[in-house]
Amino acid sequence: MRALALLVAVMLFVSTCYASDAPTTIPDTLQQRIVACTSCHGVHGEGKPGSEFFPRLAGKPAGYLARQMRYFQSGLRKYAPMEYTVRQLSPEYMQEIAEYFAAQQVPYSRSPLPPVSAELLQRGEQLVNKGDSARKIPACVSCHGSELTGVEPSTPGLVGLPYDYISSQLGSWRTHTRATVAPYCMSIVANQLSASDITAVSAWLAGRELPADTRPQPAGSVKQPLSCGISSAVGSGA
Amino acid sequence: MKWFRRLLLLTAMIAVLLLGWLLVWLFFGGEGHQPAATSASKTGAAVLRDPALIAEGAYLVKVGDCAGCHTAQGGAGYAGGRSLATPFGNIPVPNITPDRETGLGDWSFDDFWQALHVGKGRRGEWLYPAFPYTSYTKVTHDDALAMFAYLQSLPPVHQPSAAPALDFPYSLRNGLAAWRALYFKEGVFEPDSKQSPQWNRGAYLVQGPGHCNECHAARDTLGGTPLNVHLTGGQIPQQNWYAPDLSTQRNGGLQDWTGQDIVDLLKTGQSAKGVAFGPMADVVQLSTQHMTDTDLQAIATYLRSLPARAQPLEEKPPFSTTSLVQHGEQIYVQRCADCHGKNGNGVAGVYPPLNGNSSVTEPSGINATRSVLLGGFAPVTAAYPRPYSMPPFAQQLSDSDVAAVVSYIRRSWTNNAPIVQERDVSKYRQTPID
Repeated sequence: MRALALLVAVMLFVSTCYASDAPTTIPDTLQQRIVACTSCHGVHGEGKPGSEFFPRLAGKPAGYLARQMRYFQSGLRKYAPMEYTVRQLSPEYMQEIAEYFAAQQVPYSRSPLPPVSAELLQRGEQLVNKGDSARKIPACVSCHGSELTGVEPSTPGLVGLPYDYISSQLGSWRTHTRATVAPYCMSIVANQLSASDITAVSAWLAGRELPADTRPQPAGSVKQPLSCGISSAVGSGA
Repeated sequence: MKWFRRLLLLTAMIAVLLLGWLLVWLFFGGEGHQPAATSASKTGAAVLRDPALIAEGAYLVKVGDCAGCHTAQGGAGYAGGRSLATPFGNIPVPNITPDRETGLGDWSFDDFWQALHVGKGRRGEWLYPAFPYTSYTKVTHDDALAMFAYLQSLPPVHQPSAAPALDFPYSLRNGLAAWRALYFKEGVFEPDSKQSPQWNRGAYLVQGPGHCNECHAARDTLGGTPLNVHLTGGQIPQQNWYAPDLSTQRNGGLQDWTGQDIVDLLKTGQSAKGVAFGPMADVVQLSTQHMTDTDLQAIATYLRSLPARAQPLEEKPPFSTTSLVQHGEQIYVQRCADCHGKNGNGVAGVYPPLNGNSSVTEPSGINATRSVLLGGFAPVTAAYPRPYSMPPFAQQLSDSDVAAVVSYIRRSWTNNAPIVQERDVSKYRQTPID
């Protein structure tokens, strides 16, 4: 009798295994909802090793991330897969997604660098930390924070980003496939850079050792050398 | 024989004269009409300011999804500014806000009616049928008046339209006379007294303001839909999505859809039979989710009354598809089954079923292929403000892998649609996203 009961139990178990079609419950979490984002940017927004054009999102200011999604919607920033993915999202949903990635704390990974000369790296370091006053190029640190970790609420950090991503973004500012509220400081700066300057800056930034504290600086902690549309827009909440 | 040569000469002369007149008319004709002054119009300004009429118009403009074309990406509502790509060239979408210089500010209702109902511009020029007057001609006079009142109540936006950039000979507007003779029948919707008022309301919404047939029927080489072809499904030119058959036909039609399934899809973007995506996701977000339940039920009643059509004959591929489908199953188990389920039944309200999903089994395979490549979120609607999403596999799967997995889902469970090939995937991977 016990053997029969066991057999029935086993058969029931087997049949439920076969009957289980989809997973019984799909987690009701934001992480589960946004697999369209995380399949390229990583579950925690850590980026994707080997795909250097998909940037890390973790720890970037939420205001910056939400703004970029809005720009992909309105066409200020151009990249067809992103435009398609976010095109219907409401401002509230984008803010929620932005806050998720801003709150993630995951280790940075290093990405491969192209072979560049020591001279070029030196030029990169000079542009990042000092700028080039003769050509009216401000230093990166003057807006992106002394440790380049970004500034709340809307200036992104430049740490831990791959060479391919940084150089392609500088190119996008020049070709107007990336923009923000006018006047576009970054567009002005990127247009002052020569092609080799872009290589130099991107390589030095991508190869730089991470600071101990990678959090963005507090709002209002930098005095920007250029008059930027984004800075005044952030004040007005636009 | 002399009389014969004379007759020949006379005929030749008449032919040359006619040809000359035709050429002159093609290039220069038909532009002489002067627009009627607003004050001379029979419809007074006071009528157009009636708040009840404006509210009714706001609803009808949503039903007609005017914003879908007349609003540019990131642009002001109804101010035009985008360009519609067609196989014949680009057609700029005009500004329909009441700006006097660049919009409809100086238009009378008669001008508007002439555009909507007759397909003629304010100066008597034929309009390009990218503007779907082939459907809008069925809109009633009262509804058109309400739509016009609403559009005239919008804040005016100054935004000039570009000139059409059509290839020769489509750039000759008068060539549209021939097109209209083939594909356009002027006339307001006529109710069918043998049908219920609900059926008639649905038929009116679908055929008139909803202009469903503009996408859900195939266009021929001249960009027209023959007058007797109705909601049989077809590939949308340039956009490369397939708008499925809306009859109760199997494999790509609405067979097995209940009225509630149709209402759910139009209201929320999701239903027990599938989810709206691509251009239909935008239609749901901008238009159908705002429609009343009564109107959506009327649409469902009408669509479910459409007769099933004959099955297209399946072309057998010239090679064995067994290994392709087997390879597809392996990918399905690894990449898809966690969400869509081993049996392709999805998870209600979260992930759509693939089994029996008309967008999976539509004849071309475009929809399933591009959905795998693009992924994305389900429509964002009042019912689903935070929808779940699907990863874009364009960056993860090769063309042959996509072909295999799409072929597998098109031939599994109750699905029985033709396979797709690697070369199809490679083509749709390159389709620009609009």
